[in-house]
Amino acid sequence: MEIVHVYSKLRSEFGRQCLFSDRPAELLLDLPPDPSLTLSFIQKNHRDQAVQACWETSEHQLNTERFETGSCGINHMEGGWPKDINPAEMEQTIRFRKKVEKDESYINSVLQLGSVMEHCIRQNNAVDIYQECFEDEEEVEEIQEPPSAKTVNVFRDPNEIKRTVTSLSWQPDGGRKLAVAYSSLEFQKSSKDMSLDSYIWDIENPNRPEMMLKPASPLVCLDYNPKDSHTLVGGSYNGQIVFWDIRKGNQPVEFSSLEHSHRDPVYKIIWLQSKTGTDAFSASTDGQVLWWDVRKLAEPTERLVLDPSREGNLDQALGAISLEFEPTMPTKFMVGTEQGLVISCNRKAKTPAEKIVCTYDSHHGPIYALQRNPFFPKNFLTVGDWTARIWSEDIKESSIMWTKYQMSYLTDACWSPVRPSVFFTVKMDGVLDVWDILFKQSDPTLSLKVCDKSLYSLSVQDNGCLVACGSQLGEATLLEICSGLSTLQKNEKSLLAAMFERESKREKILEARQREVRLKERSRSEQSREEEVGREEGEEDPKHLIARAESDFYSLVEAEVKRREKKDEVMKEKDICEEKDVKDEEQRGTSE
Amino acid sequence: MTEFSLLSPIQGQKGVQGIIVANSEGIPIKSTLDNSSTVQYAGLIHQLVMKARSTIRDIDPQNDLTFMRVRSKKNEIMIAPDKDFFLIVIQNPSD
Repeated sequence: MEIVHVYSKLRSEFGRQCLFSDRPAELLLDLPPDPSLTLSFIQKNHRDQAVQACWETSEHQLNTERFETGSCGINHMEGGWPKDINPAEMEQTIRFRKKVEKDESYINSVLQLGSVMEHCIRQNNAVDIYQECFEDEEEVEEIQEPPSAKTVNVFRDPNEIKRTVTSLSWQPDGGRKLAVAYSSLEFQKSSKDMSLDSYIWDIENPNRPEMMLKPASPLVCLDYNPKDSHTLVGGSYNGQIVFWDIRKGNQPVEFSSLEHSHRDPVYKIIWLQSKTGTDAFSASTDGQVLWWDVRKLAEPTERLVLDPSREGNLDQALGAISLEFEPTMPTKFMVGTEQGLVISCNRKAKTPAEKIVCTYDSHHGPIYALQRNPFFPKNFLTVGDWTARIWSEDIKESSIMWTKYQMSYLTDACWSPVRPSVFFTVKMDGVLDVWDILFKQSDPTLSLKVCDKSLYSLSVQDNGCLVACGSQLGEATLLEICSGLSTLQKNEKSLLAAMFERESKREKILEARQREVRLKERSRSEQSREEEVGREEGEEDPKHLIARAESDFYSLVEAEVKRREKKDEVMKEKDICEEKDVKDEEQRGTSE
Repeated sequence: MTEFSLLSPIQGQKGVQGIIVANSEGIPIKSTLDNSSTVQYAGLIHQLVMKARSTIRDIDPQNDLTFMRVRSKKNEIMIAPDKDFFLIVIQNPSD
């Protein structure tokens, strides 16, 4: 109900000043409580309710927009001279100086400062106050802190259209620079506006790339020459090999001729160890592995067709996606193929057929990464489909250790150069995993979500501490791994050697057992086949097989139906029996 | 020359590479180094001393800067500031 008070005022009185007067209180309305209303309400249970008079707050996190900084030096020019003295004029300056020198206060202050200074100089000469006193002391047992890694820098592709980071290469000798190859590997996704450049970044400056490399076609892979940190070789999307010398600018010094290059994008290129330091070899999905001398890129020096039947037939060749070369074993190398096979090859073989030594059937999909363990070259890591597997060279049937099937596809992996039991993998859901197989074999020791999109490539710097990974959006993220995962632990090598030994032995035993079983099967099947030949003549052709299968099937179905019917009958009988029992009881009950 | 006699006990010390006396505006009055280095040292160190002094004063107005040592990989720069002048000595501690 509304409480309304109406008053009227003459129109002519509008706008007149208010004349207030005192008046006693007047009761306008008195509304007493109506007890009859309580019947429509019930009392609620008592409940404690906290009440606080303060305003509501919530926590938010903000990130300011990236602020681009650049560093530049300043050079101090002469200045500070009083107005009447021209600093260029020698006479005037000398006169000024002489005047100051004659000044009383000058002499006094210099004497005073001189004595203070002398004291410090003598101190310096007497003792080196900054020397390391406790250098040789044993390192204190590290507190087992949880493994961690933090992002140091993110290098973003400055172009509008983002391309995938397909390959990363650290500069040798210190690694202050990172060469990143950008290209779009999705079929026909590259547009005309997409930039073809790849960049070399200085890790201290994420705002601008240090140097741009301008090839004729986007680069899929890139490698710094381990002997000469000014030269790089790259493989491009159209199959050409390109060679740069940074000192000579950002145009390639030389590139291979189109006719003799690969027919498909070059997925991996690695420098070789040679006396001249100018040899490299490349692999591509067209099934060839080509050797090049960078001084003469017009033609490859050698060619190998990855044909597992060893005939050199390009049509049967398997496409290569990854290459592996270890400088300590210069004659051997391995190729990972699109079909999931790892082919181990010998470079020094006499005939092309002998070049392919053996194959390992590893994954269900392309092998995206292949690397030997730098401390145990007999064992190598492969990554493809949803697992990472560790192999021993001697055992060809299966890997000696493997991870369980992950939630997303693994795209790249590499061993840590300082710790033999640590390796890194990147996945398509943007996660970087660090595995320490001495610590835990079933799960990664550290799992970091680096990016929302998939990560495509990975490279560890030689000190084992910095890891760069590249994503689909053209971002290369630089992470620093905690010291626990990048310093060699005691006994690590021997423990890992023991682990590899154990696993290889297990696989060998399994292999031997398999062979036995197979032999037995074969001998048994031979026996039974002999008997069958005695019974029937000739092989069964498909029609008979089908007829036999059908009759087997129907007989099975009939047997099952009969069984079910019998069960139903038994159930029904039981029910009847039960009903009878119940009725009997009732009767007995009523009768009693 | 009077100035050199003032500074000779310092110059005679082991490892001293150079001495500069500059006034409160950063003008080098006396120096044992060549002109360009002197100008550079005097100007840059003047700014550094001003900054350091204002820092100490900001933290505690009763305090004041008495001495500064800047140790680098190659040598040590010692700066003794005063009201009107400051003395810069570059020493290479040989041990």
